[in-house]
Amino acid sequence: MTFEFDHPGTRLRLLARRWLRAPALDWPLALGLLLLGGVGLITLYSAGDLDAKIVLNQSARFVLGTVLLLLISRISPQNLRKWTPWLYLGSVLLLVIVAVLGEGRGANRWLDLKLVRFQPSELAKLTMPMMAAWVLSRRELPPKFFSLAIVAVLIAIPAGLIAKQPDLGTALLVVAGGMFAIFLAGMAWWRIGLVAAAAAAAAPMAWHFMHDYQKKRLFTFLDPAADRLGDGWHIMQSEIAVGSGGLWGKGWHHGTQSQLEFLPEHTTDFIFAVFSEEWGLIGVIAVIVLYLFIVGRGLTIAANARDTYSRLLAGSFSMSFFVYVMVNGGMVAGILPVVGVPMPLISYGGTSVVALLAGFGMLMAIHNHRRTPR
Amino acid sequence: MKLSGARALRNPRSDAEIFRTRAIVGFLLIALGLGALIARFVFLQIQRGAEFAETSDKQRISVRSVAPARGLIYDRNGTLLADNIAAFRLEVVPEAVAGGRKGLDKMLAELGDVIAISDDDIERFQSARAKKKAFESVPLRLKLSEDEIARFSVDRWRFPGVEVVPYLTRAYPLRSLFTHVVGYVGRIDAKELEHLDASAYAGTTHIGKTGVERWYEDELHGTPGSETVEVGADGRVRRTLDHIPPTPGKNLYLSLDARLQRATEDVLGSRLGAAIAIDPRNGEVLAMVSEPGFDGNLFVNGISRADYAQLIDDPRKPLLNRAIAGAFLPGSTMKPFVAAAGLELGLRRPSDTVVSTGEFHIPGQKRGYRDDFPAGSVDLKLAIAWSVNTYFYSLALELGIDRFSNFLGRFGFGAKTGIDIAGEAVGVLPSAEWKRKTQNKAWYPGETVIAGIGQGYWVVTPIQLAHALSVIAAKGANRPPHVLHAMQEGIGLSPQPAPLPLPGPSVIAHPGNWKAIEEGMSLAVNGPPPSTVSGLGQGFPYAIAGKTGTAERYSRYDETWTSIATSAAERHQVLFECFAPAEEPRIAVIVALETGKSGASDAAPIARKILDAWLKYDDDAPSPRVAQQDAR
Repeated sequence: MTFEFDHPGTRLRLLARRWLRAPALDWPLALGLLLLGGVGLITLYSAGDLDAKIVLNQSARFVLGTVLLLLISRISPQNLRKWTPWLYLGSVLLLVIVAVLGEGRGANRWLDLKLVRFQPSELAKLTMPMMAAWVLSRRELPPKFFSLAIVAVLIAIPAGLIAKQPDLGTALLVVAGGMFAIFLAGMAWWRIGLVAAAAAAAAPMAWHFMHDYQKKRLFTFLDPAADRLGDGWHIMQSEIAVGSGGLWGKGWHHGTQSQLEFLPEHTTDFIFAVFSEEWGLIGVIAVIVLYLFIVGRGLTIAANARDTYSRLLAGSFSMSFFVYVMVNGGMVAGILPVVGVPMPLISYGGTSVVALLAGFGMLMAIHNHRRTPR
Repeated sequence: MKLSGARALRNPRSDAEIFRTRAIVGFLLIALGLGALIARFVFLQIQRGAEFAETSDKQRISVRSVAPARGLIYDRNGTLLADNIAAFRLEVVPEAVAGGRKGLDKMLAELGDVIAISDDDIERFQSARAKKKAFESVPLRLKLSEDEIARFSVDRWRFPGVEVVPYLTRAYPLRSLFTHVVGYVGRIDAKELEHLDASAYAGTTHIGKTGVERWYEDELHGTPGSETVEVGADGRVRRTLDHIPPTPGKNLYLSLDARLQRATEDVLGSRLGAAIAIDPRNGEVLAMVSEPGFDGNLFVNGISRADYAQLIDDPRKPLLNRAIAGAFLPGSTMKPFVAAAGLELGLRRPSDTVVSTGEFHIPGQKRGYRDDFPAGSVDLKLAIAWSVNTYFYSLALELGIDRFSNFLGRFGFGAKTGIDIAGEAVGVLPSAEWKRKTQNKAWYPGETVIAGIGQGYWVVTPIQLAHALSVIAAKGANRPPHVLHAMQEGIGLSPQPAPLPLPGPSVIAHPGNWKAIEEGMSLAVNGPPPSTVSGLGQGFPYAIAGKTGTAERYSRYDETWTSIATSAAERHQVLFECFAPAEEPRIAVIVALETGKSGASDAAPIARKILDAWLKYDDDAPSPRVAQQDAR
């Protein structure tokens, strides 16, 4: 740095002024995120039955996430890369702590730091693609067996800890983050085929390791009507909410399924059912296209990144963003089992929003340090 | 770490190219995945959209019935006989009572110290509670007194979830006076529920059980309204979408006159029996009393066990409506009708005479039939006036049982009159066929003989006798008795006269025959002794025509009374029938008492007093007045 000012306060102030004058952002991506956040808050306001409190709560998290995004966007990817192993190690450590003394409803997901309560698994969703990118970028691409094995082990550790909480949905997202990095690094197609075949063969074995409630969820998913008053209720009511929305929807705050509380968890996991009911198929397509745009924009930023680490990080994070949408959307529409994965930036819930925006902060940082500078 | 910079720069071109390809493939796969997701939404929202919209509406919209107000019942002058009054009841919202089931039991026990709550109440409360949701209010005690409301409001803070709630309940302001006519309503029971139109009675708790309340249930009930409400997943009503007000039941104006009814009840006193006053010109019942009566209000909100036991165990059988279901031997009151049979069928002319010696024999039989009054030679007029048995013994025998019962059936004996009060009995019109059917025995001529004086198998109800008498009084015109005078669609509208029941075929074809009977009955009242009720018509402005009946309550073959441990005053069922004015009758009266010395001594004076009362109130067929009161 060429600044010669000694006073750290003055330096910081100057820095902040510069950032504010010219925030280094990828504007299409920022606009997409802003739009999505807007949709999220508007839907939340309706789903929460016009309770301003939860909207303000969620807005505060958006503000926190945005500040984090702006800060991270200024960090150079080289630094991110330097910190990656430590961040990864830190998140695994936190997961271990949670496993030992965590708390939460039914599952040990939360860590109470007095000031804030957060889920370390959300942190792992960021550090996992970082770590995978870090390992893969150190060796020649496409990756050979050795690096693949290392990444596989690095994926398995946090994924296993999260699955044990038990939080299958988040574990799946962590696995996806790592896998996408491998995929983008150019893992040979035959290897991909082999892994897919092995996974298919191992599926019945996974059954033995599933918790009873997970098995029950799977059964319920296969036949919701069999458990009409229990878990099947969620699925059926969600389908009714979505289906009754029709092409144009019932209109904002006119979704009877959520207003009359037929729809459970209508501010969190099932908020997209509320959105589908009130905005209809038109709204659904618009939002999914918006998600696709964000994924596409993320991949573009990745393709233009300066180095392999940045590319793989940006690419795998963007692609895992899609997994959120797919898993939550599929659950709401009754084609995937009920797992606790929020609809990104729309569902009510703090850690997810902050973690996601932090992740997009990394994308912005990679964009700021892309191959062809401004 | 030191190596990392160098490694990152290794072969960047190729890495980027691999990445680009993979990113494009990945993006396409993602687009495909999201496309599939959209396809699923298209399936749910377009393909099955209408179906889900219907399911969604079905589970949120609920249509509730709003019970109509029951129609009121008035007498012919607009005196209220059945009213809907505001009352207060105790209701409990189980959810709001702390401590779950135990808390509820504790609350009931503590509440019992403040307000009397019977075991019946608790039983009913528990069964009603089982059918409702925890947040729905369940009635616990109906009809709170003002005293009870005051006591409860002092202690109210102790009972969260318990409320005093106003409601409409049926009330009979004249208490027992009209119970046997108007009847009463009660809670719908399980058996009735099976037959009721569920949509019409959703929300209705009470239904007519007896009397007019039962007979005109459909008119009184009204049409329920409906309320379309939106309910949440928990079943709570969130808002009302649509409201169709119920149509109240029709108000009924009965032909009875409460003043005459009161007078009739007063003159009957505590005698067991019935009295009916009827207008022979149209069959309208003017007064109808069955003694003893009871208070129908007891039954409306569920009669207590003690009250019910008292009514059931009372040897005087207050629940029996003697006017339409009492079983009486008609005795000599049957004679005018038997006379009509003889005249109309051409077996007698009015001037034909029969000799009474004090005993009647069927030719060739030894057995004698008693005639207390050996009058010698009498014609029809004297036979009726003096109640000469022999005349009617021989006439009945000549008619034969088939012609006898056939003709008397035209007066309505042995069948329901069809009066519009629920609970009418059929009685017995003696006939060979009847005996064969019920006892599977052959008919004997001796049974025909005693049937001629209203003895033997005869069973009539006072209303049947009143009907038959009104046929005689109306010179043969058969107008079925009824109590509905007019109907009113709503307060403020003028009551519409109820159509008269279809008249039956005329019973007397020749005016001369009627005249002979009327003269006989007039002579019975106005002639010198031995006319049966000589002097009864003294001081009455119109000529009265009447006939007594003194029927033997006990064994008709036993001539000695020694075996019967009753006094002479209780030996007979005593009756009196009369109409006035004799020439153009406007009222016919039946008095039937279960016990008495004779029709002349016991029943006839009561009938005269009823006529006296009628004279005061008779305003010659007034039209019913519109009730002058505000809509409730």
